[in-house]
Amino acid sequence: MTGASDPRDPPVLQMRGISKRYPGARALDNASLEVRAGEVHVVLGENGAGKSTLMKILSGAVRADSGEVLLDGHPVELGSPLRARRLGISIIYQELSLVPHLSVADNIFLGKTPTRWAGMVDSGRMRTDARRILDGLGVAIDCDAPVHGLRLAQQQMVEVARALSDDARILVMDEPTSALSQREVGELFATIERLTAKGVAVVYISHRMDEVFRIGHRVTVLRDGRDVATRRIADVTPGQLVRLMADREVADHYPRRERCHGEELLRVDRLHGGGLKDISFVLRRGEILGIAGLVGAGRTRLARALVGADPVGERRVSVRGAPVRIESPADAARAGIGFLPEDRKQQGLVLRLSVERNVSLSHLSALARLGILDRAQERGEAEGSIASLRIRTPGPDQLVLNLSGGNQQKVVLAKWLAAHASILIFDEPTRGIDVAARQEIYLLMNRLVENGAGLIMISSDLPEVLGMSDRILVMRGGRVALEVAAEDATDARILQAALGVAS
Amino acid sequence: MTTAGQAAPADAAPDVKPTIHAQRGRQLGTFAGLLALCAILWAATPHFLTVSNLLNVLEQTALNAIVAMGMTYVIISGGIDLSVGSVLAFAGIGLALALEQGIPAPLAIAIALGMGVACGLVNGTLITLGRLPPFIATLGMMSVARGAALMLAEGRPISGFSDGFRAIATERVAGVPAPVLITIVIYAVAHFVLTRTVFGRVTYAIGGNEEAARLSGVPVRAYKTAVYGVAGLTSAAAAIVLTARLNSAQPTAGTMYELDAIAATVIGGSSLLGGEGSQTGTLIGALIMGVLRNGLNLLNVSSFLQQVVIGVVIIGAVLVDMSLKRRQR
Repeated sequence: MTGASDPRDPPVLQMRGISKRYPGARALDNASLEVRAGEVHVVLGENGAGKSTLMKILSGAVRADSGEVLLDGHPVELGSPLRARRLGISIIYQELSLVPHLSVADNIFLGKTPTRWAGMVDSGRMRTDARRILDGLGVAIDCDAPVHGLRLAQQQMVEVARALSDDARILVMDEPTSALSQREVGELFATIERLTAKGVAVVYISHRMDEVFRIGHRVTVLRDGRDVATRRIADVTPGQLVRLMADREVADHYPRRERCHGEELLRVDRLHGGGLKDISFVLRRGEILGIAGLVGAGRTRLARALVGADPVGERRVSVRGAPVRIESPADAARAGIGFLPEDRKQQGLVLRLSVERNVSLSHLSALARLGILDRAQERGEAEGSIASLRIRTPGPDQLVLNLSGGNQQKVVLAKWLAAHASILIFDEPTRGIDVAARQEIYLLMNRLVENGAGLIMISSDLPEVLGMSDRILVMRGGRVALEVAAEDATDARILQAALGVAS
Repeated sequence: MTTAGQAAPADAAPDVKPTIHAQRGRQLGTFAGLLALCAILWAATPHFLTVSNLLNVLEQTALNAIVAMGMTYVIISGGIDLSVGSVLAFAGIGLALALEQGIPAPLAIAIALGMGVACGLVNGTLITLGRLPPFIATLGMMSVARGAALMLAEGRPISGFSDGFRAIATERVAGVPAPVLITIVIYAVAHFVLTRTVFGRVTYAIGGNEEAARLSGVPVRAYKTAVYGVAGLTSAAAAIVLTARLNSAQPTAGTMYELDAIAATVIGGSSLLGGEGSQTGTLIGALIMGVLRNGLNLLNVSSFLQQVVIGVVIIGAVLVDMSLKRRQR
């Protein structure tokens, strides 16, 4: 641990009492963060604990409802990403933001290209400056090479160089190693150490415990939008950190239901490929199977593989005991499997079509004779769905665009119910939905299983997984890391499995 | 509904005017534009509002309207077809060669329609399986079909057909020229298919959100390919009418027809982003272009200025349409 500054100096960054509400959710609730010059400060927390909102506020992309940000002890107004950058705060996101066909030097100086008279690019100066910054990072990259030819780790270095060309004093890295090989991680860490030695403060967001302990100096744990602890890494164990992340009072606002598990509905046998490894499980009639795991653990990939949305290497799937071939979402729909994607607006609905036409989209051929639609039947179904799911809309002709998030989700559900799907895969069923509407969605899910459907529920909301599921699969790195009955599951057990930490 | 519980009355919903009626509103707007244009021409020249001139306008409009109806499917599905004019020439030459060989007219017509559909399906396959942008695939086909037409015809027009075949263009039913009746029939079918069939529904859904349609279990590729087949079909239908009317098939026929068809579709309220549009709108759009051309001719406006005016109308119509949509949101 080198480079950490004298603790008596004022911290280079203080975020105090930061709160931020989104419609239907409190993302941050009086959160604080203190970072010293020259340290690697790890920010830990579950999905949805508020890490990314806090970082967005720091980068100026999002404005906090309340709270203040101090640099070197002086309050500052961040306002916009540009302003934050001018103040020396740079963020490197998981998705890199480079222009692939421009050169390394061009990318480093994008938006602030050095010019001579009449706007001519001073390419000589640009190249020497780029060289100087890259040398300072200890990386050998050709300044004139186009970025798209570089390895991912090298592209990341270019992003770091770009941040430094802004004279960044605070560098935020969001899961920087998620796509890197072991050797590249070593290179990145060497660069980070060189930066901290120069007094740059690095805010490091990661789920990988081994990295946290390898590179971090201090750690702040966020939970439910609050900072619950800040510790020196040397003073904690991985187990303690997991407990800090998971420990919460369990509010029991998940509606109960009768549990009666029937025959086998869906059997998945050694599903493999497309980033998924050897996944096997069974779903029974009348059951909610929760799938937990961190972002990137492969949960959505699994769902998309099950409905044939993406090509996968091997996939042996049986529905009600009979093997089925699922090569496309159309095959899945025929087999009675419906998918309710996380991104409803982009993947679940045709926003500029009416409620009625979205509902019928999943089973048009069943509504038609010789290709001609039975519009009375279509209308009747839509009206039935609106009534039974209590979709709040002026009528079946309303465009889904004009409905609220909860009602849009109900339309996606109605689409599959009208197609008589008995296996429903919910990906983040309540994301972006306000509290009251959530309750309704939960009641609907219960009603579905009571009527004999089987549900797979992917969720990043741990209380939701624990409160709604009968069984829980925890995924990590494309595998099933843990399968556990709901009554034996705890926050800590699931988090440990998701993070890969021994208890 | 397998899982529907007790049917509860839908909660008192806010009284929002369903915006699906907005489409009908826009059609009325376009129609009002057409009537206004006619009124202006009626006032400006005594030659406009005569039976013979109006029938003339309809006959002139027929070809563009037929091609534009196929284009409407493509544009609603979120694509574009630049090859319709060339495919028209290609199918026309095929038709003429078949007639020249003494093949009976109904069979020759079937061959021409088949050629048009085949070109469209090639377009569709390049776009779906080949993952080419529609602009590129149909730009290529525009050149290929034109070249093939020139090769087949050896660069010369093919003329002189039987009276029976020419009746397609020369016959009148109750005074109405046959091409106008053919257009009306094609409009009726195109409108019915677009509004009442699975194919039409899927066309809107693909244009509105292709990924959502796919994840809903719609075999998107097959439908999308078929949409281009329909555009090829209407191009060939237009070729038949044109060949009968001119008593001649020319390998250079249909040049720039793709632009007229796109213009009629867009004036009629279809969105180039896909998911919106109607055959009624397209029909009105084609009529606006036809009336405008006719009126400018009657007023002795130079053909150079005519192009300027038509361009301004296209841009103006789309600007108005877009600003109306923006106000809706």
